[in-house]
Amino acid sequence: MSTLAELDTEDDLVARARAAIEEVCDPEIPVLTIADLGVLRSVEVTADGEIEVTITPTYSGCPAMDVIGFDIKTALAKTGIDNARVRQVLSPAWTTDWMSEAGKAKLRAYGIAPPAGRASRRALFGEQSIACPHCGSHETEKVSEFGSTACKALWRCKICREPFDYFKCI
Amino acid sequence: MATTSISFTETPLLNLVLLRADDALILGHRLSEWCGHAPMDEEDIALANIALDLIGQARSLYDYAARIDDSGFTEDHFAYRRDEHQYRNCLLVEQPNGDFAATVVRHVLFSAFMDLYWRETMKSRDETLAAIAAKAEKETAYHLRHSGEWLIRLGDGTDESHARAQEALDELWAYTGELFETDETERAVIESGVTPDVGSRQESWQKRIEPILREATLKIPSAPFMHTGGRSGRHSEHFGYILADLQYLQRAHPEAVW
Repeated sequence: MSTLAELDTEDDLVARARAAIEEVCDPEIPVLTIADLGVLRSVEVTADGEIEVTITPTYSGCPAMDVIGFDIKTALAKTGIDNARVRQVLSPAWTTDWMSEAGKAKLRAYGIAPPAGRASRRALFGEQSIACPHCGSHETEKVSEFGSTACKALWRCKICREPFDYFKCI
Repeated sequence: MATTSISFTETPLLNLVLLRADDALILGHRLSEWCGHAPMDEEDIALANIALDLIGQARSLYDYAARIDDSGFTEDHFAYRRDEHQYRNCLLVEQPNGDFAATVVRHVLFSAFMDLYWRETMKSRDETLAAIAAKAEKETAYHLRHSGEWLIRLGDGTDESHARAQEALDELWAYTGELFETDETERAVIESGVTPDVGSRQESWQKRIEPILREATLKIPSAPFMHTGGRSGRHSEHFGYILADLQYLQRAHPEAVW
């Protein structure tokens, strides 16, 4: 059994690690932290007393995972946590439902239309109406099913004429 | 090319995982050849994105293969340090890109199959495969829709685009029989509930693509002849060229990492 003092230390360590990791952003959408995006799954202390951070990719081939892992380790090293491990898991699979409401608001303010509705095959394939993140109009059209990254599609607003990225609802 | 190829002990599970990984890697590599050459910017981005999804799926599978094998190899050893006869990908995915119509036809045929496969594999008794399937399923469905819409546009387009799409379908159809082949070792993992029996899914697959072809005004060729060999490591002439390109770096600079 652990003593109370040991538990306190562990909690403190996790809290310190969490605070450091809160600052880590997605390299391709720098306004979102990995917590906003739902890519950060857990921060735990392992049996050997080290910090283990678990992350999950948005898409199978997401090229940002290695950079995110590196940024997590750097952020932890800055607070004096040196031997952290970053683990990638696939299950349960990430969906846009893991994105926080605060994250969706940040996306919109950044000029990216956030995923509309809850993730499902129907949401991915249905013809939804996507609000323009610039002027709010629903008079928009899809330009391309693939955008600047695997997780986005390219849309255009018919009212303000601005093109914009839409974060696909998967 | 001084670096030797790896040798490893084959098991039914390892063979299955490598077969799926090889399909994804080789098609991902083929699609990446379009980068900078696609008929329009949006499609250039789309093909590169689809390639990225496939290579991502391949990485997850090779990484799993390395864990099954458990003799110190990594995903890179399985991707880059095997010889031609050790790759079990189907012949369809190694066919040259041809024109844009041929790439689209190949992708419809393959992704309609994988869409079925991944959806069923989400229920696999193998937890890792089920997890990989749950990620890949949504990506593959999106690829199928994208390539399906293009096939309709091309088939039901101009005389020229229709003729090219039909010609590609006539040629590539003869590579689809292989998708439904199973062998002795695969039977073991089918019986243990690890993988669906693809041998009995040909009808569902054809039902999936018939509405697309109908709308595209294209005809399914009545060619009884089907190419075979990829699943047992007998590849077409094109495959050696792919490996020369794909493996050059790891053969010249073994263990190189980013």
